[in-house]
Order: sequence, then C-alpha cells, then structure tokens
Amino acid sequence: MRGAADSVSPGATPARRWRPRRSRGLSVVVALASTVLVVGVLGYVLVNSSGWARFQSTFFDFNAFTDDFPEIANAFLLNIKIFLVAEVLILAFALLVAIMRSLRDPVFFPIRAFAVIYTDLFRGVPSVLIVFLLGFGIPSLQLKGVTKDPFAWGVAALVIVWVAYVSEVYRAGIESVHPSQDAAARSLGLSGAQSFRFVVLPQAVRRIVPPLMNDFIGLQKDTALVAFLGPVEAFRQAQIDSSASFAFTPYLVSACLFLAITVPLTRLVDWLVARDRRRSLAGAR
Amino acid sequence: MSVPLGVDGLGAAEALRIEGLYKSFGKLEVLTGIDLTVAQHEVICLIGASGSGKSTLLRCINLLEPIDAGRIVVDGEEITESGVKVDRIRRHIGIVFQAFNLFPHMSVLQNVTLAPRKAGGLSRSVANEQAMELLTRFGLADKKDEYPDRLSGGQQQRAAIVRALAMKPDIMLLDEVTSALDPELVAEVLDVIRELASAGMTMLIATHEMGFARDIANRVCFLDGGRILEEGPPDQIFRAPREERTRQFLDRVIQAGRLSA
Repeated sequence: MRGAADSVSPGATPARRWRPRRSRGLSVVVALASTVLVVGVLGYVLVNSSGWARFQSTFFDFNAFTDDFPEIANAFLLNIKIFLVAEVLILAFALLVAIMRSLRDPVFFPIRAFAVIYTDLFRGVPSVLIVFLLGFGIPSLQLKGVTKDPFAWGVAALVIVWVAYVSEVYRAGIESVHPSQDAAARSLGLSGAQSFRFVVLPQAVRRIVPPLMNDFIGLQKDTALVAFLGPVEAFRQAQIDSSASFAFTPYLVSACLFLAITVPLTRLVDWLVARDRRRSLAGAR
Repeated sequence: MSVPLGVDGLGAAEALRIEGLYKSFGKLEVLTGIDLTVAQHEVICLIGASGSGKSTLLRCINLLEPIDAGRIVVDGEEITESGVKVDRIRRHIGIVFQAFNLFPHMSVLQNVTLAPRKAGGLSRSVANEQAMELLTRFGLADKKDEYPDRLSGGQQQRAAIVRALAMKPDIMLLDEVTSALDPELVAEVLDVIRELASAGMTMLIATHEMGFARDIANRVCFLDGGRILEEGPPDQIFRAPREERTRQFLDRVIQAGRLSA
C-alpha cells in the first residue's frame, strides 16, 4: 500500500526508455511536415486516379450532403432513442447477471450455470443474427399479447446481446475489489447483501467506468442493426436516399452522425483511463 | 449450554471461551486444538511466529472463517452452533486488521457510521453524533471528511479502530495492527490500545510488539504449531518461559532488537 507507490513520483512512467529530448518547437515542425507530406502524397494519388471524378460525385456531393442531412439527422434521433432505452436496460440486467454469476454457495449452482451459459451463448453469436431471430421469429409465432413492434424487438435483441458483454465487465469489477473489503464490512455486522451494496459495488463501478463506456460505443454503432427489422433509423434512411439518387453521399452523412457521437465518447474514455492511471500511480486507487 | 457463567482466576465473569478449536485450510492444519478462556476486561496478547495461527484464531472468533471442530462461547452464547445469526454476533465482536481495510470510497466519518446505520439501525444524525464523540476522543475529529488515502498509516489504523468501536463491541480483536506501520507511527496506535485497556475493554491482541505486550497484557499466550504452547502472566513468559520453544522464539525476537533482554 505504501512504500512501493511512494518511491515512484506521481505521473512518472518508469517503463519508458530514456530518449534524448528535442525541443517542443522542433517537434511540432517535424510533426507538421510529415503530416503534410503524407496527406499530400495520398491526395495527389487519389485526385489523379482515373475514377476520381465519378467517386467524388457519388460520395462527396456537397449539395446532396446538405439536402439529405436533415432527413437522416432526424432518423438518427431514433438511433439515439434505441441507444438510450437499451442502455438503461442493459446496465440493470447486466448487473443482475453478474451477481448471479458471482453467487458462490452450491445451492445457487443452477443460477450460476444459467448465467455462464447465457454469457457464453450471446457473446458468441453475431448481434445481427439475434436481431433477425428475435425481430422476425417471435412476431411470426403470433403469440397473443406479445408485441410485434419491430422497435421493441430490436431493442430487446440489442439488450440481450450487450447484457452478455456488460455483465462480464461488471463481474471483472466486482472481482477486482479485494476480499478484505468484504471481510471488513462483514466483521462490522453488515449482511452479505449490505456489504455488496455499500462497500463492494461502489468500488467496482468506479473501476469499470472506462470499459463500460467502451461498450456504450459498441452499442451505439449496433443500433443500426435495428434497421433490418424495418424502423427507419439513420442507416435505413441513408439507404432510402441513396436508392433515390444512386449516390453514396447519404451513407457518408450517416457515418458522420455516428462519429459525432462516438468520437467524443471515445475521447472521454481515453481521458477517464488516463485519469485512473494517474491516480493509481499517485498511490491512490 | 447457555448458562452465562464460568469464572476465571481473576474472579471476573467470562467474556469468551474457546474449546478444542481446530481449523485447517485444505491440508494445512492451522489451529490444532485451541483452549482459551478470557475474562471480562482482560487483555490477552497472542505471540508467536508468523504462521503460528494467531490471525486465523482471531478470524475464527469473528466467524470470518468457519471452524472445523470445537466451540466458541461469547457471553454465554455458543456462536459456533449452526443456525446462529452471524451478523448479530459480529456486531458484538470488533476486529481490526493489519492492513486497516478502511473503505477507500468513503470519508472517515462515513467509514465509522456505515455499520451503526445499516446494521445497527441508527439514524444518520445519531450515528454521526456518536461517531464524532469517538473521533474526538481519538484525535481524529479534524479528519472526519478526509478519505483514507489522504491519511497517514497511523491515522488510518486509528480510524479503523474507531470504526470497530462504533458498534460498541464487547470484545475487540486486534490482528497485528501495527505491523504495516512505519516505526514512527506505531506509538500513536499503541496509545489508543492502552486507552482502551484502561477503559476496561476486553481485548485479544495478536502482536509482534513484545515490549508492548509485556506492558499491557494481563496474560500472554505463546502460539506454536496451531496450539497454545504456553500461557501465563507477561513477567513469567518473558523472564522465565517454561517451554524450550518459547525460549527459542523470544531469543530470536531479542536478537532482532524487538525486545530488550
């Protein structure tokens, strides 16, 4: 706890090898020059390729971009809605599965076995298959009182798949909390459930925020799969616009919209990971 | 056997009785027949080499480890009987660990009040009030809002002791509470334990601080190979040990400079 961490000054990365330092100004100039060179060469090759004019009009038609943007952006709201609804359900159910899998008592073997089989199964199958099986399969059963809404089944499919991933993230977090924390809580007379709720889980959740955000990004991209069931979200809308104009610019619009969400999320994850590393190097946890 | 009596040599009521306690981890036999009776207000120091079973004994008394055979009786109640509600028992038995084990995501005050509120059913205001009394008594009042990683080792261990005291335990088990501390921080923790002893707390202390054990203990037990090989008043154990093994152990401790001959 002490000692080992104390000997390393905060923020230092002892593993990095020593290198002669360049001045900061020179580094910027070198980076800039190499970037200009690489981009310039790539651009020159592209623009002088024989198919460039055609490529430009199908993918980078500025007028088509601005024309299609409002419609696709509007459809993208459905992606965000799918994402938000699914995420809340995933966070809740994944915790449940993680707890089921962490039960040690032999009495709970069937529950634990179910959780293990569940995670193995749904992490091993492509999301798109689950979307198809649920979205077309269950409504075709014509069950009374069961919805046929493709939005609902699309969300359900994403939840089922991502619960398998996220429950493993939770489990890793729970297992990373040292057993002595639970022992300390139990020794004070807290029940097992209280110790989990007030001592183990809060520490686990703090540690898993970065990997959790990673899975958020994956889920956000997977929302496009719901298009296969019919709902017109950004990808489907782009498909429609594209088939009307025989151009691929709408797909670019759709891609930009996804990036507008996922890139800031990715940067946030990087920042959180870096912050955690700084903290652990400083001797805190 | 639920008769709450049994009187030891000091003439005080019995606080804790251990009979024929066995405990093994897999093939490793850690406790091989422990018999020990502790009177109320008695302070007992457990000494012995690492691996002699001191920590395991304390963890068994707190029911953190299930025992293989034997009985543990606290205040006349057999706590090792099946069907006993362990959470209720543990509220009366405080334990403090070598590595503090404070909850890192909580402030000192939250650490101290968690169990009284959630297990003891106290309201936040009452729990806070009682916690502040204890923190003030042990010189930690100004640290109440600090998180454990902002405290020195000595302060962390004192906070851990206060956290255990907040449940108003009848017995305190201290498991090498100064072993993880820098030497200059040991004294402040030992002072806290001395104050507890003078306030009449019944304590079982596993320790390597022989000078401290000689000062504070009513009785010293030397553990060897999972049993109490020799027990007696500190003067007798440290000056005239009967057993050869005890003598060897103390000689090694003196050589290491941990006890003046």
